[in-house]
Amino acid sequence: MKTVRISETAIQPDQELTALAGLGGGALSSFTGLVRDDDGVTAIELEHYPGMTEASLSSLIEAATARWSLLGAVITHRVGIVPVGAPVVVVGTASLHRAEALEATAFLIDRLKTEAPFWKREHYADGTTKWVEAKSSDEARAERWG
Amino acid sequence: MKLVYFASVREAIGLSSEEFDVPQDACTVGDLVVRISARSEDHARALHDLPRLRFALDQNMATADTPLLGAQELAIFPPVTGG
Repeated sequence: MKTVRISETAIQPDQELTALAGLGGGALSSFTGLVRDDDGVTAIELEHYPGMTEASLSSLIEAATARWSLLGAVITHRVGIVPVGAPVVVVGTASLHRAEALEATAFLIDRLKTEAPFWKREHYADGTTKWVEAKSSDEARAERWG
Repeated sequence: MKLVYFASVREAIGLSSEEFDVPQDACTVGDLVVRISARSEDHARALHDLPRLRFALDQNMATADTPLLGAQELAIFPPVTGG
C-alpha cells in the first residue's frame, strides 16, 4: 500500500494512518509536522508544483520501499493556509518489525524537506508575510541517508 | 517552451507562467535562464542570483548544467521548504 495525497483542507493524522494499521505488520511509525507557534506567526501558507509534487512524493516512497522491507507507506501534505498548531504533513510507514518503519519514516520526512516542491511563507498577526528560507541543517539531515 | 515560476520567484516576476521561444544557441538550463533574465527588470531581479535558484525540467529536478534537449516545461523556484 503506497499512498500520496495533497490536501487543501485540514488533515486528521489518525485517519491518514488507519489503512497502515490493517496490513498485518507489528509496527506502524509516523511523523506529523505541525505549524510551530513562532513569535507573531498566525499561519503558514503552502504552495506546491501540482503534478511534480505527487511524482516526487511517490518516488520517495519507491526509494524507501527499495531500501527497507515495508508493508505500506503514506504521505499526506497540506497546501494552502494552515493555522498555528495544525498538521502540515503526515508520514507513516508499516513493517513487520519496528526498525524498518522507524528508519523509513525518518528517511521520508528528511528527504521530503529537501526534495519535494513545496514552499511555505509565514503569515504574521500584523498582516505581513515572509517566505521561509531553506535550512542547511535540513540539507545535512537529508544527505546522511546517502 | 512553457516557463513556470514558484514562490518568491513568481512574486518577483509577477507571473506564474509564460511562454518563451528558446534561442537556438541556448543548450542548457543555465543558458536559458540568462536569456529569460533579459526579458524585463523584474525578470533580471528575480533571476540574478543563479546559485540560489532551483530548476525542474519537465517536472524533474535539474541544474544549470542540465541540457534542454527539447524539454517542454522549465520551472524556476527558490530552494524548497515543505514538510
